[in-house]
Amino acid sequence: MFDTLTERLGKVFDGLTRRGALSEADITAALREVRVALLEADVALPVVRDLVAAVQERATGQEVLKSITPGQTVIKIVHDHLVETLGSEAVEIDLNAPTPVPMLLVGLQGSGKTTTTAKLANYLVEKQGKKVIMASLDVRRPAAQEQLRVLGDQALIPTLDIKLGEAPVDIARRAMDRGRREGYDVVLLDTAGRLAVDDDMMDEAVAIRDAVKPHETLLVADAMTGQDAVNIGRVFHEKVGLTGIVLTRIDGDARGGAALSMRAVTGCPIKLLGTGEGLGALEPFHPDRIVGRILGMGDVVGLVEKAQEVVEEEQARKVAAKIQKGQFDLEDMADQLRQVKKMGGMGGIMSMLPGAGKIQKQMAQHNIDDSMIRRQEAIILSMTPGERHRPALIKASRKRRVAAGSGTSVQEINKLLKQFQQLQSMMKKMKKMGGRMLPMGGGMPGGALPPGFGR
Amino acid sequence: MSGAPSGWLGRLRSGLGKSSNRLAGGIGSLLSERKLDAATLGDLEDLLITADLGVETAARLTEQISQRRFAADVPEAEVRAALAKDIAEILEPVARPLDTTARPEAGPQVILVVGVNGTGKTTTIGKLAQQLREQGKSVMLAAGDTFRAAAIDQLKLWGERTGASVVAQDPGTDPAAVAFDALQRARAEQTDVLLIDTAGRLHNKADLMAELEKVIRVLRKIDPDVPHEVLLVLDATTGQNAHAQVETFKELVAVSGLIVTKLDGSARGGVIVGLADRFGLPIYAIGVGEGADDLRPFAAQDFADSLLGLSA
Ligand SMILES: Nc1nc2c(ncn2[C@@H]2O[C@H](COP(=O)(O)OP(=O)(O)OP(=O)(O)O)[C@@H](O)[C@H]2O)c(=O)[nH]1
Ligand SMILES: Nc1nc2c(ncn2[C@@H]2O[C@H](COP(=O)(O)OP(=O)(O)O)[C@@H](O)[C@H]2O)c(=O)[nH]1
Ligand SMILES: [Mg+2]
Ligand SMILES: [Mg+2]
Repeated sequence: MFDTLTERLGKVFDGLTRRGALSEADITAALREVRVALLEADVALPVVRDLVAAVQERATGQEVLKSITPGQTVIKIVHDHLVETLGSEAVEIDLNAPTPVPMLLVGLQGSGKTTTTAKLANYLVEKQGKKVIMASLDVRRPAAQEQLRVLGDQALIPTLDIKLGEAPVDIARRAMDRGRREGYDVVLLDTAGRLAVDDDMMDEAVAIRDAVKPHETLLVADAMTGQDAVNIGRVFHEKVGLTGIVLTRIDGDARGGAALSMRAVTGCPIKLLGTGEGLGALEPFHPDRIVGRILGMGDVVGLVEKAQEVVEEEQARKVAAKIQKGQFDLEDMADQLRQVKKMGGMGGIMSMLPGAGKIQKQMAQHNIDDSMIRRQEAIILSMTPGERHRPALIKASRKRRVAAGSGTSVQEINKLLKQFQQLQSMMKKMKKMGGRMLPMGGGMPGGALPPGFGR
Repeated sequence: MSGAPSGWLGRLRSGLGKSSNRLAGGIGSLLSERKLDAATLGDLEDLLITADLGVETAARLTEQISQRRFAADVPEAEVRAALAKDIAEILEPVARPLDTTARPEAGPQVILVVGVNGTGKTTTIGKLAQQLREQGKSVMLAAGDTFRAAAIDQLKLWGERTGASVVAQDPGTDPAAVAFDALQRARAEQTDVLLIDTAGRLHNKADLMAELEKVIRVLRKIDPDVPHEVLLVLDATTGQNAHAQVETFKELVAVSGLIVTKLDGSARGGVIVGLADRFGLPIYAIGVGEGADDLRPFAAQDFADSLLGLSA
């Protein structure tokens, strides 16, 4: 629903280009748009104010005034400034301390602490060859300790045995004792969720900290967090003392302004990103990716990496060969649809694409969405292998059968078949031109949206 | 929550208090020095923004206030009250409690609880179960989160706590199968209310949303009228992404009402003002703590007043 910064600045500058030179007032108007874009991305207001002031200083230089593409220039200035604010270099988890190195994970209820504890343990074991033990100090939420134990079992990482009725500080001490006795490199301590305004619970966190003196104290925060991010960051940092931030649910479509808010208010680096619910879904922090998201410019790096992950080489080559030979059939089209789904559906792809705002609007106009993809896949799945290979076989009675089998209508079957034809002829044309088609072209929006792909 | 004043309004206030004091204090210091001029209004707008109302809603509300004629020396409390009244007016139509009185003839009232990860779905089910049990109803909980580690155990503990029966299968089972089985049992046992827990899922994950659609499809094989309610649980800490959550869940699984949790924290949940305006979905209740008794009716004027620090 929100315009991207590019669109916003477009509106400001489009009318100006004809007029020639830009004035300071034009810059001010542009900065107003920057402010709105940041706020819509959930960057906290006090942080937005500072950012806009800093950007203003840089933008009022001759650079923008003389630029023939002032919109681009402003975006670049904003982009660079935000990247600098977030810290241009990735800061790793610090293990440089006597073993066992204690690490504490804190945060609000439901922010992802337990999952992140298991992910981090998994990362330290797999990537760094460390010997790690985890302990849950969450004696509040029902089955919270059990949750970490199950995750430990899944990842084959030991967890401290659960003793009913043991207080969090005692659990923490026992975990450290065991870490020392059994020669662990790292002891990861998961804690109960707590609100910054809950003094008793914040005191508990302080007591835990004093008991184990953690080498890393990580604030686990949700990427969807709104304006309260500054309060959360400030209070946790003031009371418990943080060394880093982990931002979870980056796999969602929130713009993630909380990253800037928390970084600005704590001065602590964002060390890791949670990118999914699985144990492997933990990634190092890339400031430019987050900035792209915040500004609505899309996570291009993320998209490319995701595509590489999902589209298996082998598969891609197979499809390319088929296209070359003009053998692309409905089976292949279903494969393409599945790949779109794997990449988090249209929404998932869109949230990572540059200029996604505009394409998204176009897609909405044409009713291109995930339910359509699912329906199309269902249609193809309801065909016999022979039909998928030779769509020409599909005449009226077969269409009715496929429609019934897939819970769709004959109309939809017709539409899909027509799209497929168009796709085929498009591929033939490309073949003639000697062009190389992206393997994912069939389903990909943006570049190669097949004609008539909408409803 | 220990340490906080007792009584739900007290808790809500103590939670909202810190931030709304700041908001209120901010307006106070503005108005004692300046008239309601453009700069003042701009600051007022900023203050609403810090409560997560969003740029658009904040601008509209401020604009509305600027149309009003205030005396040059208007007392600050008057402007605040006017603003609270405007907000309450937006919220009034959506302040409707969950109706659990009308039990369908054919079987239990079926309530499906959905939302993104970690918003408080399972806890809210526990709280609802507690309320319903106190009303003397029989309650069954369906452990539809078969994905997250120990989610089933978590729900079972809530069942024990509230005296609700729990239907569960093994982790990894298709949630639709769990729901189907639970509905059949609830019908056989003539249970009054069936609450179905689901795994947290981000609304932009097509496959997970399809899984949820399937739960509904499969339930409807037993009874085309179920689920009678689809509750979307929102975390008050969430910023503008709540719009995308409501939009997608509403479109795909026909959300019938919202529950906003964690209002005992410092987040003010102002995003619901814009949500109310845009979607008009009822806000059935709010969560103000982690305990079984920490579910409260949503009261529009109280919420607006707390937001502006008027009732504290
Ligand atoms: N302070 C506070 N905490 C809450 C509230 N509601 C839920 N919680 C806490 O938030 C955390 C997540 O709650 P759950 O009920 O497990 O959330 P969920 O949506 O079922 O989570 P997943 O199933 O993991 O997606 C737990 O620590 C709860 O105790 C509330 O109103 N206030
Ligand atoms: N999509 C997604 N879900 C996550 C991520 N991290 C955690 N979760 C989910 O968020 C919910 C709460 O996580 P949990 O670790 O129990 O949070 P805690 O209450 O802070 O310990 C669970 O449903 C997790 O599966 C993430 O990076 N992406
Ligand atoms: Mg936990
Ligand atoms: Mg749950």
